[in-house]
Amino acid sequence: MAHVVSISSKVRDLTGGLDAFDVEAATVRGLIRALEARFPGLGELVEAEMSLAIDGEIHQDAMAEPLGPASEVVLIPRISGG
Amino acid sequence: MSDGNQSPVSFKVVGHRPIRPDGVDKVTGRAQFGADFHLPGMLTGRIKRSPHPHARILKIDTSAAEKLPGVKAIVTGADLDVGAGGDIEAGEHAAAMKDVAANVLASGKVFYQGHAVAAVAATSPEIAAEALDLIEVTYEVLPHVIDVDEAIAAGAAVLHDDMFTKGVTPKPAKPSNVAQRHVMGRGDVKAAFAAADVVIEGRYTTAAVHQGYIEPHACVASWGADGQSTIWCSSQGQFLVRAMTARILNLPLSDIKVIPAEIGGGFGGKTTVYLEPVALALSRKCGRPVKLVMSREEVFLASGPTSGASMDIKLAATKDGKITGAEMELRYQAGAFAGSPVNLGCMTAFACYDVENLALVGLDVVSNRPKVAAYRAPGAPMAAFAVESAIDDLARKLNMDPIDLRILNAVRDGAKTVYGATVRYSAFVETLEAVKAHPHYQAKLKPGQARGVAAGFWFNIGGESSAAVHVDEDGGATVVSSNPDIGGSRASMAMMAAETLGLPIERVRCTIADTTSIGFSGSTGGSRVTFATGMAVVEAAQKVVADLKRRAAQTWECDIAHVEYRDGVATCLDPSKDAKPLSIKALAGKSAKTGGPIAAEVSLNAQGAAAGYGVHVCDLEIDAETGRTTVVRYTAAQDVGRAIHPAYVEGQLQGGAAQGVGWALNEEYVYNAKGLLDNASFLDYRMPVASDLPMIDTILVEAKPNPRHPYGAKGVGEVPIVPPLAAVSNAVSALVGKRMTALPLSPIVVLAAMGKA
Repeated sequence: MAHVVSISSKVRDLTGGLDAFDVEAATVRGLIRALEARFPGLGELVEAEMSLAIDGEIHQDAMAEPLGPASEVVLIPRISGG
Repeated sequence: MSDGNQSPVSFKVVGHRPIRPDGVDKVTGRAQFGADFHLPGMLTGRIKRSPHPHARILKIDTSAAEKLPGVKAIVTGADLDVGAGGDIEAGEHAAAMKDVAANVLASGKVFYQGHAVAAVAATSPEIAAEALDLIEVTYEVLPHVIDVDEAIAAGAAVLHDDMFTKGVTPKPAKPSNVAQRHVMGRGDVKAAFAAADVVIEGRYTTAAVHQGYIEPHACVASWGADGQSTIWCSSQGQFLVRAMTARILNLPLSDIKVIPAEIGGGFGGKTTVYLEPVALALSRKCGRPVKLVMSREEVFLASGPTSGASMDIKLAATKDGKITGAEMELRYQAGAFAGSPVNLGCMTAFACYDVENLALVGLDVVSNRPKVAAYRAPGAPMAAFAVESAIDDLARKLNMDPIDLRILNAVRDGAKTVYGATVRYSAFVETLEAVKAHPHYQAKLKPGQARGVAAGFWFNIGGESSAAVHVDEDGGATVVSSNPDIGGSRASMAMMAAETLGLPIERVRCTIADTTSIGFSGSTGGSRVTFATGMAVVEAAQKVVADLKRRAAQTWECDIAHVEYRDGVATCLDPSKDAKPLSIKALAGKSAKTGGPIAAEVSLNAQGAAAGYGVHVCDLEIDAETGRTTVVRYTAAQDVGRAIHPAYVEGQLQGGAAQGVGWALNEEYVYNAKGLLDNASFLDYRMPVASDLPMIDTILVEAKPNPRHPYGAKGVGEVPIVPPLAAVSNAVSALVGKRMTALPLSPIVVLAAMGKA
């Protein structure tokens, strides 16, 4: 069960104000699928516009990245730069 | 100078300082920049721009211009077709394509002076200029708003009728200039302030500043009769130019080939398009190649600066100096369309410090200015200006050494950032300690001088990259990179390949490929290329080494497990074989007999980028009569992981520091009451030149190489522009005896602070 935390107001708009919740997923792809099922639009938003901090390390578009049974996944705005 | 921190591993190429591969071409004028391309039959393009900061376009009449002999094509916003819109990855965030298109050529309204409304292609620059005068645009002039705080005030002119602030529940009933409200935080801030021994408060502002690249935007576009098009341009990403141009003109990606030119500076400002879709639309209309080149005035008026900002900050601390809580509201100018880097400002503001209780609000605010573009560490320097000024106030209030105070509060590995990542492989404390031990920090100031200290952070990123390594028939190698070289990546790519292949650096060359000659890559930005594309280069070189070993084993008829490859030579370890070592040259010369050409290409999505931290020290003095501030000594220290080419890394630190000093002391967009820019030239927009600055010392801290990169690299290009704003301002504040809260600290501002204006 991945523990999902968000710091994004865009996420809050889709979760009815929830900032933290648990999701059953073994990979990032599964997580996105589960997010979309639970909060329509959120999976799509995360896939298109967000990075994930999985147990502290930032991942971008890493769909196959495995999630541990107690992984913490933080949804963060996609980071780029100049 | 560098402090000479030695890597624990001794490399033959990495960590050394070979001569830069692009140096001769650049100093002799042989390098081909965007404006240097000429094609037979090429036309000159020009763009007609809005004279108003905010107006509705009632009519564009091109009929008179079309009749002018020599005019071959005219386009307006009606010639663009962005289709379903959608977003695309750009310099600092996902850019909304409908906004990018409306910025390229206005549709319905103009939102700033200089906003493009039409473009013409003609047989000469003179005819093109005359045609622009003949294009009649009828406007309904609208009220404008320039300042970020005025833009969010009640009664401000609203730019977009369909902009309802995102991030606010319930959805606002009325449109406003606040595109989005970002909120992040943790802990109990109220309790932290209630228990605080010391509270520091302040309001800070910074001006919009331009990236100031020497080379203006320029491109040549050629539409082929078969629908296949080619664009030659200067940008930070040929694939980004292709994607944006294709989307704006509703073309398949495969119909556009983008050939990257040499780039005369970008600093983030060339991570979007302004000219390319327009030039291609003109070329499509007339069937001839079209060149578009911005003037410097156009660069200032119509290409992205970075946001000006207005910020309120409040710190809670114990009497021992431990920061226990902080509140901050950041209001960033986005320019005409949504998308300032305010979320990045929120994320980076306290990234250097381990603060338990945080509450941050960021507002993305549109106003009648050009749409902002990325600029080194987008969003971070402004936030750091406020945070590092407040920390300086705290140090003074508690009579603590400013570095000791920062060490006390510094993040260490294992700490959790407010944006969710756990701090790993960080050497912020080591960087602070290196500065404290440096002769600069130990040196006494002369009378009339003051010293400022500030720190800064940037995430650094990885992402998608492609690279190839080809072994030449004579045993040299060519590296094919997918990223324009804006900061020395040709050198670092070649060096990492040389190290991996066991070749001297002189035998490895690096070239930048067009969009048809290498796999996709994200843009050159975010301090990602040496990390991510470097990873692709090293993996490709490793594949080549594996192939060389296979070929040697085949030649010797031995098991590959008995082949050792070192320093460019394969050796047979099988004692039963009488095999002479085979150099890469020998193997390459007979490659046809062992399977054909020796080459490998790797495409990957690099994860595991490590953040960077910088600490700057600035000594300065002020002319009491004129208010002119002179930086007399400056040192920039940075946690760099491992420096692949230390001289280039030092150059990044020095360049970022110089740009940050300009941001602190002089640079600003000056608008008059009519909403028009009064200083759209380098004469009036004052950037520092070599004679304005001392030699900038550097300290490369290599205490924590990034283990996720084959040679330990961390991104280095963004961090150095983060600390200078506060480093300079803290020193000026010390000298004038008053907290300076508004940048730039121009002579008149400094004189006023000294009571002499």
